[in-house]
Amino acid sequence: MLARRVIPCLDVANGRVVKGTKFVNLTDEGDPAELAERYAREGADEIVFLDITAAHERRGTMLDAVRRTASRAFVPLTVGGGVRSVEEMRDVLRAGADKVSFNTAAVAEPALLTACAERFGSQAVVCAIDARRLSATTADTEARWEVVTHGGRCPTVLEAVAWAMRVVELGAGELLVTSMDRDGTRSGFDTELLSAIATRVRVPVIASGGAAGPEDFVAAVRDGKADAVLAASIFHRRTHSIADVKAAMAAAGLPVRLNEASVS
Amino acid sequence: MSGAVKIAVLDYGAANMVSITRALAAVGAEVGVAADPSGIAGVDALVVPGVGAARPAMDHLRDRGLLEPLRRWVHDGKPCLGICLGYQLLFDMSDEGEAPTLGLLRGRTVALVDAPTLPHIGWNSVEVVRDHPLFDGIADGSYFYFVHSYAPAPVDQNIVLATTTHGRPFASAVARGALYGLQFHPEKSSDAGLRLLANFVGLVAAAAASAAGAPSGVAGPSAAVGPSAAGAA
Repeated sequence: MLARRVIPCLDVANGRVVKGTKFVNLTDEGDPAELAERYAREGADEIVFLDITAAHERRGTMLDAVRRTASRAFVPLTVGGGVRSVEEMRDVLRAGADKVSFNTAAVAEPALLTACAERFGSQAVVCAIDARRLSATTADTEARWEVVTHGGRCPTVLEAVAWAMRVVELGAGELLVTSMDRDGTRSGFDTELLSAIATRVRVPVIASGGAAGPEDFVAAVRDGKADAVLAASIFHRRTHSIADVKAAMAAAGLPVRLNEASVS
Repeated sequence: MSGAVKIAVLDYGAANMVSITRALAAVGAEVGVAADPSGIAGVDALVVPGVGAARPAMDHLRDRGLLEPLRRWVHDGKPCLGICLGYQLLFDMSDEGEAPTLGLLRGRTVALVDAPTLPHIGWNSVEVVRDHPLFDGIADGSYFYFVHSYAPAPVDQNIVLATTTHGRPFASAVARGALYGLQFHPEKSSDAGLRLLANFVGLVAAAAASAAGAPSGVAGPSAAVGPSAAGAA
């Protein structure tokens, strides 16, 4: 049975892992490859690097971090942030990443998803969707969400569930769905948003935004129908370990890959 | 490292070469990348990695002059491991783009049937159906990492070492003589994956020793690469 994945996300700027609030007051947290290896050892099912380097200084440092990570952490690696062409995606994959996540670039140029899926396969193309809940009107029979970009600063005219279905048609093989209402609030995932999307697409959905404790991961899978759950700060701050989260998921009857148990 | 088995990973532009080469090196192999036939001279085993679609992969193998050397290699009974797309290519035909493939194993590569999610991405359990040294030290039902939408349906069920269920069960590992195929990515499967690669390297070492006429067991699987090698990597 397919295990539900637990995925730590690392913000990387200029080749270093950074921590900060809303992209300000960044502090250096160490080397991406070292931290990725540590998480892999602790049972991470996958690692996500989110490149928050300023665009003009981007390329080299991230590729080097990916190369070094793929050389020592033998779990899947996804890179998001700043990839805007088939050629840039090729470079990231050749450096050792398995998937590339598109967010703003997909909104700006949806055909990029198709071009990348045709070249590298849809399994390598992740579409990140940042969604913010729209206030209900009397005409609404159910909740609706709007797609936002640039860390929530830019609204779009796209409705999140419809956009999710569209990007899957365009070639995305996986969706990383972040609730911008919950991101950074530690108030739990928006399971309503997650299930609205997960029940309408066939590709795996990764839940993101709002994790506070292990019970939130259980809810994202059980109520949100997510295939995987991503979190950053609770793992970095060591509020909870990956093992804590997986133990809670296993106790709730969810299939998880428990660390070390696989090798006798 | 003298005496290490030499493995060439075929580079035909369709794979994450970093992970597979470093994982094989981590379990003690001397690893090279072969982008043309000169790269496979003098090696003990070939690895055919790959993600993506079958037809362009076959075209790239042909363009780089690797197609016939690979066929000859397997026909000569030398060790070869196909991973993911590289595993699917070993069979006759792929339904993905109606592509004729290598025809080294009988059967077609078909879309996963009744899969709840596609692509099949993530860690799934591998149920061993036939004892084989490739799975030495790996608990039955261990999780390995999968990324695919198609899988081979072998005609000869005797080659199936393990199955995995996503929708319906499919053959996730096969072996026929020194030819091995894995639908999952051992190079992305943490400790269990490294252990499996260590077992493969051990099998290659044993084959090389017996080809050289050495008494069997001298370069046996566990001599150079055991669980500790996998665990320490």
